[in-house]
Amino acid sequence: MDTRAVVILREVCKIIIPAVLLFALYVQFHGEYGPGGGFQAGVIFAAGVILYALVFGRETAQRILPLTTVRIFIAAGVLLYAGVGVGTIFLGGNFLDYNVLLHDPKHAQHLGIFLIELGVGITVAAVMITIFYLLDEFCE
Amino acid sequence: MIAGHFNYWVVIVLMMMGFYIVVSDSNLIKKIIGLNVFQTSVFVLFISMSKVKGGTAPILTEEASLYSNPLPHVLILTAIVVGVSTSALGLALISRIHRAYGTVDETLIHEQDETQDEA
Amino acid sequence: MDIAILVNFSLLTLMMLVVVVLIRLKSLLGVALTNGIYSLLSAGLFVTMDAVDVAFTEAAVGAGITTVLLLGTIAVTGMEQTVSRHGKFLPLVVIFITGAALIYGTLDMPPFGDPKAPIHTHVAPHYLTESTNEIGIPNVVTSVLASYRGYDTLGEVIVIFTAAIGVLLLLGKTVGKRNK
Repeated sequence: MDTRAVVILREVCKIIIPAVLLFALYVQFHGEYGPGGGFQAGVIFAAGVILYALVFGRETAQRILPLTTVRIFIAAGVLLYAGVGVGTIFLGGNFLDYNVLLHDPKHAQHLGIFLIELGVGITVAAVMITIFYLLDEFCE
Repeated sequence: MIAGHFNYWVVIVLMMMGFYIVVSDSNLIKKIIGLNVFQTSVFVLFISMSKVKGGTAPILTEEASLYSNPLPHVLILTAIVVGVSTSALGLALISRIHRAYGTVDETLIHEQDETQDEA
Repeated sequence: MDIAILVNFSLLTLMMLVVVVLIRLKSLLGVALTNGIYSLLSAGLFVTMDAVDVAFTEAAVGAGITTVLLLGTIAVTGMEQTVSRHGKFLPLVVIFITGAALIYGTLDMPPFGDPKAPIHTHVAPHYLTESTNEIGIPNVVTSVLASYRGYDTLGEVIVIFTAAIGVLLLLGKTVGKRNK
């Protein structure tokens, strides 16, 4: 590729990627009030990381997010989700019945939804990044 | 009649075109893309059914009183992400097949299998 | 005619055109990119049908991640073209029969946008009217996804988890010692 094109690509990505990641976090934590939620946020976050890996190389991206770390996050998200369910059983409710988490049912619902959306977001982002890493590694 | 069912008919046309790619093309990557086309047409079918005339997006506000049905939205939201994960699994299989056979063409893979069986 | 219906019609027509192009294209690279365009058009269509959350996801997944993954696979397999095709006649017969049967099935469906359709009378009104009291968040899609049907969503997350394990097994390097 033309070196000038690479410079432009890199500089533009340096501006775009932080915005993409920040937007992913906004979508994650604002999903209860506007369109958004864990699935979308996870995919957008992964897209930011994948863009970084495409432009600066997979090795550079893996210095920040190595495959071993991402692999742990895949399971961590599912565990967080299922853990909330098991936690509500221990607090005396049904599986994933958030009302028992706190005294006020509405606050408890907020907390429950926040936690499981976080679990979904972590798993989805980690899965997408893992698949990209592996496919890219397989190319070589 | 035409305006009322146009969405459903287009969905079926898209679905059948996706199906056609899956059965007629022997390239495995193209088959996955055919499945993607099929899958997206099903998403359009579900979302078409959830639409209420004059309704708005199901985010509750003071101004609006009529909303579209949120249930199909939930089903499709999860289906999209599950769909991309399963496509990725298919693409990973194709990469493996390419390493083993040196091709992603279904007919050539069958030919290689048959010559191996004879030998 | 309502402008939303007009946009809806034109997006659907564009999607059909894109798929016709998709069938006729020989280049795998072109096919992958056209698939992205198809997804983006469907995301636009979801916005006109009030499914903002879905449109959001489809735009990020269909046009973004899927295209990257397809391009990654093409980088592995090479841009090798389809050399052989099956006969065209039999697939055409099959899709025309299936398509005709499905279109016959749609004749009984309620018209597009009908507020009295059966789908709008069962649980959806409960979600829309009670969500504020029971869950207390404005986005009903999130409240159904995460609370009313949280169990379903757990299943979906586990499907994604399983797909990732599958990809790890297929493409990952073996870690640790391997017995030969």
